[in-house]
Amino acid sequence: MTSGPTVHQPGAAPEPDAGPDTAAARLARWHRAGGVVAPVMTALLAFLVGGLVVLATGSNPIEVYRGIWNGTGFEWFYRVGSHEVGLPFSDARVWFPWDPASRAAENLQQTLLITSTLILTGLAVAFAFRCGLFNIGGQGQYFVGAYVAIWIGSSFEGTNSFVHITFAIVAAALAGAAYAGIAGILKATVGAHEVITTIMLNWIAIYAGLYLFGQGGPLQNKEQVFSPTSNPVVEGAKLPVFWGDPFLQGLHAGLFIALGALVAFWVIISRTTLGYEVRAVGFNPDAARYGGISVARNYFLAMAIAGVFAGLAGAIDMLGWRFSIGFSDIQSSTIGFIGIAVALLGRNTALGVGLAALVFGALVNGTATRNIPPDVFDIPEQAGNLSLTIQALVLLFIGADILILWLWSKSGQRIGVGRRSPV
Amino acid sequence: MSVGAATIEREGLSRLVSARAFGWLGVTLGVLAFWLVLPPVTARSPVVPLVMGGLGVLAGAWALREGAGRRLGGGAIAIAAIGILLGLLATRSSVEALDSVFVWSALIAATLRAATPLTFAALGGIFSERSGVVNIGLEGMLLMGAFFGFLGADKLGTWWAGALCGIVAGGSLALVHAFVSIHLRADQIVSGTAVNFLALGITGYFFIEVYTDQGTPGDVDFTPTVSIPWIEDLGFVGPAIGNMNLLIWVAILFVVLAHVVLFHTSVGLRLRSVGEHPKAADTVGISVYAVRYAAVVVSGALAGLGGVYLSNGITHSFNENLSAGRGFIALAAVIFGRWRPFGAFAACLLFGFTEALALRLPSAYGEDQAWTTLFRALPYVVTLIVVAGVVGRSIPPAAVGRPYTKQ
Repeated sequence: MTSGPTVHQPGAAPEPDAGPDTAAARLARWHRAGGVVAPVMTALLAFLVGGLVVLATGSNPIEVYRGIWNGTGFEWFYRVGSHEVGLPFSDARVWFPWDPASRAAENLQQTLLITSTLILTGLAVAFAFRCGLFNIGGQGQYFVGAYVAIWIGSSFEGTNSFVHITFAIVAAALAGAAYAGIAGILKATVGAHEVITTIMLNWIAIYAGLYLFGQGGPLQNKEQVFSPTSNPVVEGAKLPVFWGDPFLQGLHAGLFIALGALVAFWVIISRTTLGYEVRAVGFNPDAARYGGISVARNYFLAMAIAGVFAGLAGAIDMLGWRFSIGFSDIQSSTIGFIGIAVALLGRNTALGVGLAALVFGALVNGTATRNIPPDVFDIPEQAGNLSLTIQALVLLFIGADILILWLWSKSGQRIGVGRRSPV
Repeated sequence: MSVGAATIEREGLSRLVSARAFGWLGVTLGVLAFWLVLPPVTARSPVVPLVMGGLGVLAGAWALREGAGRRLGGGAIAIAAIGILLGLLATRSSVEALDSVFVWSALIAATLRAATPLTFAALGGIFSERSGVVNIGLEGMLLMGAFFGFLGADKLGTWWAGALCGIVAGGSLALVHAFVSIHLRADQIVSGTAVNFLALGITGYFFIEVYTDQGTPGDVDFTPTVSIPWIEDLGFVGPAIGNMNLLIWVAILFVVLAHVVLFHTSVGLRLRSVGEHPKAADTVGISVYAVRYAAVVVSGALAGLGGVYLSNGITHSFNENLSAGRGFIALAAVIFGRWRPFGAFAACLLFGFTEALALRLPSAYGEDQAWTTLFRALPYVVTLIVVAGVVGRSIPPAAVGRPYTKQ
């Protein structure tokens, strides 16, 4: 007993708040409270306050939200009729209650397109969060994946399509993993806070892209000198479209990659030793270390796997419907940041992330400029800022979980939450 | 016995001192590796940076071996390596281009310009973190200050009315962060991130609402420049600091003020005690919540003023997401500066220098040179290296990031 780690004396009660109280550990307590009601309340409250913002600027919130709803394409589900639909990848035609080619169907394809990407960027945040790391670098990891996918997708013309696509996607995922791994290694070895390092890596990825695809850059499209952009992805490397017009951004096979990633996330987190260790570190790194788990190794792995998800997001966006990345795309993309709101609203679980991605996918697509009727806003770009504000409110209300739980219970009582006072 | 112990201690001490001296020697040699190839010396042989930097790496490695600590030894090696790289790059570019980039007086002026928004935000970060609240939201507060500072100056007609608007806007956003993270005891990082998004949404919304897609006007009352008689005509000092913007002087003044307030007044003592041990502070009758609210709001107001200078003093316009990660760089400066105003100011000058350097490159080498874009990432790369190098060795306030529950 003279050397070795300190052992608690039987009489002395262990200090309740010993060890760093990580964000994930605190969030886990909240997970156990409130059920599914709290996130739904959070979203509703955010939309309500967002509506007040619209009202404050003199527009009619009901009209705005109706415009957004129509833009999401969800009305497709309740427009039931008698239609015929060709089964994918065959010539057979069968009866189908919904119209596969209406305007609403096109909108819905767009919504699901964005949802696929958001599932992956959301998982990138959620996986790191389960390990107690706040990965704000989804945007940078998405870019790195996108750059690699574009580079491979626009070269090697004439390669077997399946090989080409697989190669591009795997390389993009690995690039995302390596890029996120930088932040993981820095956290594991010197303890650099991942929030700052990932933000810096985001900006480095942005400027690297502006260099690569910008004016005079090594990967710039030489035929379009004056609006700098990358070379287009060759036909063979494009993901197959299974619903809608391939030339009008129909729904591509990336959706299945995203759904597969959701399953993979659930399996890794809930059914593997790795997932157990990641969660243990997320709850309490000191306890995990004491239990023989390598905290450093899990920090690195959690970031690397998060990077795989974000890199995949970049790959399916580029190979699925964007097909090139331009100077202005790099400057204006926020898809990685929305992943933060997706993960937090989805409570960092697979099912939750899937549903939250659908909500935000619908919000982003519904507020896209072309979907808002011109009479709702004087300037249509406003809708995008409204969507940004709603995302912020969701984050804020998630942060302020106590407020939500209080509103829900109305009595101010804690609902079985372990948010006890420090003593 | 006691004599022997003292001897050993003294020997250990002198050995540590020489190790530290070697560490600093490595840092100096690394800086020289780059500096010697620049004007006015302008050594043209690649041997110069190679030898200087090589010696710097050796000195750093020796310091590391002798126990100077990872921060100093590793830092010296990193700086020497970067010195070699930049030095080699510089020997390969033309003397005319180097002369036009490294006009030191202009570079100093540009460094101070770029460092000022960072300095304001970093001072805000120090106040907030010293009171125990992590302020990731500095970025958003900077952005709020930038937009509303510009809007105020445009609509109210004077720059100081605009500055007031910017300060209030930054402070209001900070109040949201304070309420959520102090009263509602939310996770301060999540709350700060939310506040950043909120600022992006709000400024973006009103920017388009007010200025449509025409962009901001150019005939606004911008923050004034202070011309110091005598000094502005001096040879080297004149172009460097003779004609600086008023807010740069304010920033320097605030650095001194912040130091005095934090370390030489009872207000500062209370602030720091709340950040180190809130329960003890509570016991002796200091209101933890009140101090934290005040500190966070002050931090937002300071960041807001930094934003005012950014839009109204540097760019003379506003664009969506104008702050471009500067709030986070300021946060890194707080850590690098060990939560002290002068230290943070020095870190801001370093980051400001890299930004100034990156901005001067295109005019010297031509706008069509793609690689100058790559250098725009330099401030972020340096921040990354700095954060990786110092964290773990610089000790944050003990209670930072922990919500406090009143008994």
